[in-house]
Amino acid sequence: MSTTTISTPIGEAKTMVLNMGPQHPSTHGVLRVVLELDGERVIKAVPEIGYLHTGIEKSCEAKTYSQAITLTDRLDYLAPLSNNLGYCLAVEKLLGLEVPKRAQYIRVLLTEMTRIASHLVWIGTHAIDMGAMSVFLYCFREREDVMKIFELVSGQRMMTSYFRIGGLALEPATGWIERIQRFIALMPSRLDEYESLLTKNRIWQGRLRGIGIISAEDAIAMGLSGPSLRSTGVDYDVRKYFPYSSYEEFDFDVPTRTEGDCYARYLLRVAEIRESIKIVKQAIPKIPTSGAIRTDAPGIVPPVRERMKTEMESLIYHFKIFTEGFSPPPGEVYQRIESPRGELGFFVASDGSPKPYRVKVRAPSFANLQGLSKLCEGRMLADVVACIGTIDIVLGEVDR
Amino acid sequence: MAEPEELKKDPVTERLRAWDAQAVADVLDFRGERTIVVPRSHLLRAVEFLRGETDLTFNFLSDITGVDRFPVEPRFELNYHLLSIPNRKVLRLRVFAHGNDAIVPSVTSIWCTANWHEREIFDLFGVRFEGHPNMRRILMPDDWDGFPLRKDYPVEGYR
Repeated sequence: MSTTTISTPIGEAKTMVLNMGPQHPSTHGVLRVVLELDGERVIKAVPEIGYLHTGIEKSCEAKTYSQAITLTDRLDYLAPLSNNLGYCLAVEKLLGLEVPKRAQYIRVLLTEMTRIASHLVWIGTHAIDMGAMSVFLYCFREREDVMKIFELVSGQRMMTSYFRIGGLALEPATGWIERIQRFIALMPSRLDEYESLLTKNRIWQGRLRGIGIISAEDAIAMGLSGPSLRSTGVDYDVRKYFPYSSYEEFDFDVPTRTEGDCYARYLLRVAEIRESIKIVKQAIPKIPTSGAIRTDAPGIVPPVRERMKTEMESLIYHFKIFTEGFSPPPGEVYQRIESPRGELGFFVASDGSPKPYRVKVRAPSFANLQGLSKLCEGRMLADVVACIGTIDIVLGEVDR
Repeated sequence: MAEPEELKKDPVTERLRAWDAQAVADVLDFRGERTIVVPRSHLLRAVEFLRGETDLTFNFLSDITGVDRFPVEPRFELNYHLLSIPNRKVLRLRVFAHGNDAIVPSVTSIWCTANWHEREIFDLFGVRFEGHPNMRRILMPDDWDGFPLRKDYPVEGYR
């Protein structure tokens, strides 16, 4: 966050500097972009960030490993379960913990539901940015279904904190699978509905096709990931490259396109929802109806409540976990996962104490936002909105 | 925990060592992840090598993470998380910097994504990057005092 002045030659008065944001509806939060304009043409676009900096990484160092999970919800607030998963996997790697298969499949299922919800918000809000109001209402109707499923499973709509170190917080409520099945049966036809409103719409195509083009080479150099990178033909998806949480057992495709424009990024997100539905469909029969949802690791994973009533050791472990936490061996790990926005990485360093020595979040939006200048420069002012929209940033994780 | 045998004779480390024995100061393995400690003076040449050689092609810089080991010296530790998209390989490079000489060469000339990552480390740790095109604060206001992620900076800030 700082005051940027773009130097313009005095007297010529050819260009003007326009401040877009931090209070602007289409910057999706508190992003400020300083634009240098020549008429309606963008000469230079400089994103300024930091308006939402809350010091999450510093706060993590003052909390125990388990307490820090609640802070990860608040990074990418459109995909809280992806953040939970990334952080838990990192700490589990640090501890050398193996999570029961049942919990792994539930994790996969719910993170894919998160991806669907997150992409739905994206389609809806981007349609508003481009002037199509009705799609937003439809998308949020479906997203509400997903939120209700999250509420049923974890007790929370958004700040779920459902994945815990070693497994899950609690047994999902009865009937949750049926709710998901109903949603999954409905979703493809709903997706067709949005596509019939947008994909071949002339205004939609006019606003997105050929806009904000980036080459594969530039995208890699800029550190872009997720749909923004895959729109340039690079098939980098962490789920395929470095499978985690049993993703290697699922059969799904990674859609890519080669145009590298806003329209390609739109088509990819729609295709990704379809792939996520495929994964959810495969996950449902894989999940056993009963079985452990937490690994058996005394002193790290809280014991089952029933056992605490009869076993002294369980009671002691429970007390110790919640008063002082657990201490992983000293060392550092970096765990990457595929969040709806791209490569989400958690670097967790331990010094052998019950609090993380350092937690660093490699936020996909942070790197993707850096590419904004490349997308906008030389284009028209109205296209800036399309470009900001299609890189799909969440300021919560950009500023942390 | 015993490390897998294949990590021990990792071809990337061997390539780097064969190219310049001085470039590999130390090799650490933990939980299946390899970290190569590179002397600060060799960083720029080493990443150029890792990025450029066709059989290595570490073309994607995921992240740069700063860690403050205060009061141990050298207190600053920078971790570069490299990824080779064509080879599906990952690698971590580590560079140390002393508190009274916290300057590290910038890698923006190799990966332009490093620009913001390095600005963030400057902003929160106060480590400077030599050759960076725009060494300004990024998250904190320009007139902020101190570097919040340093270990001697209180969690609740100065009051």
